[in-house]
Amino acid sequence: MFLSMEHLNKTYSGGKVAVEDFNLEVDKGEFVCFIGTSGSGKTTTMRMINRMLQQTSGTIKINGKDISQMDPVKLRRKIGYVIQNIGLMPHMTIRQNITLVPRLLKWPQDKMNERAKKMIKLVDLPEEFLNRYPSELSGGQQQRIGVVRALAADQDIILMDEPYGALDPITRESLQDLIKDLQERLGKTIIFVTHDMDEALTLATKIVVMDSGKIMQVATPDEILRHPANEFVENLIGKDRLIQARPSITTVGQVMLKNVAAITPDKLLKEALKMMHDRRVDSLLVTDDGGTLKGYIDIEDIDYNFKTATSVGDVMHEDVFYVKSDSLVRDTVERILKRGFKNIPVVDNDNKLVGIVTRAALVDIVYDALWGDEDKKDDSEDTKADAATADQGGDAK
Amino acid sequence: MMHFLSVYGLSLLGKTWQHIYISGISLGLGTIVAVPLGIALTRTKRTASIVISIASMLQTIPALALLAFMIPLFGIGAKPAIIALFIYSLLPILRNTYIGMNDVDPTLKDAAKGMGMTGWQSIIKVEVPLAAPVIMSGIRLSATYVIAWAALASYIGAGGLGDFIFNGLNLYRSDLILGGSIPVIILALLVDWVLGKVETALTPQTTEG
Repeated sequence: MFLSMEHLNKTYSGGKVAVEDFNLEVDKGEFVCFIGTSGSGKTTTMRMINRMLQQTSGTIKINGKDISQMDPVKLRRKIGYVIQNIGLMPHMTIRQNITLVPRLLKWPQDKMNERAKKMIKLVDLPEEFLNRYPSELSGGQQQRIGVVRALAADQDIILMDEPYGALDPITRESLQDLIKDLQERLGKTIIFVTHDMDEALTLATKIVVMDSGKIMQVATPDEILRHPANEFVENLIGKDRLIQARPSITTVGQVMLKNVAAITPDKLLKEALKMMHDRRVDSLLVTDDGGTLKGYIDIEDIDYNFKTATSVGDVMHEDVFYVKSDSLVRDTVERILKRGFKNIPVVDNDNKLVGIVTRAALVDIVYDALWGDEDKKDDSEDTKADAATADQGGDAK
Repeated sequence: MMHFLSVYGLSLLGKTWQHIYISGISLGLGTIVAVPLGIALTRTKRTASIVISIASMLQTIPALALLAFMIPLFGIGAKPAIIALFIYSLLPILRNTYIGMNDVDPTLKDAAKGMGMTGWQSIIKVEVPLAAPVIMSGIRLSATYVIAWAALASYIGAGGLGDFIFNGLNLYRSDLILGGSIPVIILALLVDWVLGKVETALTPQTTEG
């Protein structure tokens, strides 16, 4: 385990308990969001990782090494640190700010210059900015520098304490894209503290929900939306988001049609044709006797080969495209729409045919997502607008 | 005017030098002691209020009384004068250093520490540069005080431009009084101007060009 936190407790001298029995394992390359109300202990916990705070009890290990045995100064130079108020040094140029940690590590000058150029390119700012001072940059630009300052010395772990809390929504969104992209490209492990659920759901691969110093739930964004552990988590997510999230967390198994027209390969083409006619369909799925999906056959195949071939097995297509019943509709929709399939067979984990998703079923899903709850809600207009936005957001991914 | 200069010119130069010497040394000592002390106090907040109130108390002793008080301890001459003026110079520098260091944005101190600066590095690279203008204005204030009060040091035999002034007072000679006080005023203004320039130079650049 890359970063592990075991039985962390933090009690302040007044007896106030800030963090209670906090346990978390973080893999390399994970994007972990700590979320909670103010006073939930999320920042406190984060600050124990770079020993800005000392835990009352419990251990934190990085790569198996207990950090309380390390020199705090050296430890902090290996961990990127981005704070809400940005904290660029006003009396240093952007170049000096970016290379602050490399300078502490006594890198040679040309390596630092090179790094400064590489870093400013990483956040899409012009190289001339290197000679400017922080006060000459906008808030968003300053925080971009704040972010690369935490990357400049090849830190593997980056701690971010509500880094975008003070920025306007548009700037915040572009910086969220930026950090997500950087994190995926550079494979950094990020611990990100926020109180904004949307931010956490967008960025995190793992969300840690905290309340009064205790962990309420640790799960992926999907999992949190699908199964909020308790009322607190539900409230934190908000009812609107849970409703909006429904289409994105519905599995294929929940929407598929279970009554599938299927045939075995040993049947005659005549029988297949009759079945199509009876069921009013233009194609059949082919399964073996055990129900395992083998391929499909459609009316054109029968038409062309009726004279020459005899059994279904001779003419069926084996390159059938299918989805698993526990995969998410969100992903399936895209595939069906992109590839132009009329329908897609659904199989279970043993490749047994269990159902089918048709375009008609997708229409229902999209309809539900956009207008499904209108009748039940008083503020239908808001929901519609929100849901529409959410759906666009989902497509963009 | 010309007559005054031709008679007293040489001694005026000598006294001015003495004056600069006494105030310069006391101010220098004051800075050397008060700046590091002020920085150290920001690390121990509880002692800070005690030390600063002691310094404030010393400041309230009348200048003449403090100078006189030096005689039984250190005799007469330049030495007791320098010690007395040094004590006077402490408070403005100490207070400004303390305030200046404390006023550095805590976010920046947090960032400096969080990125892996040692306590020293944070002081040298972040806090002192940012507090420099406030510290310098404390030194400027002390400089003006010390130059003015150095005139009184003549009473305990330290020399300086005060000699002219007190001679003038004793002999009822206004030319001597003016001949002593005008250079003191010019000196004070000049030093304040120079230190003002130093303050500007030490103020960290925060914009390009």
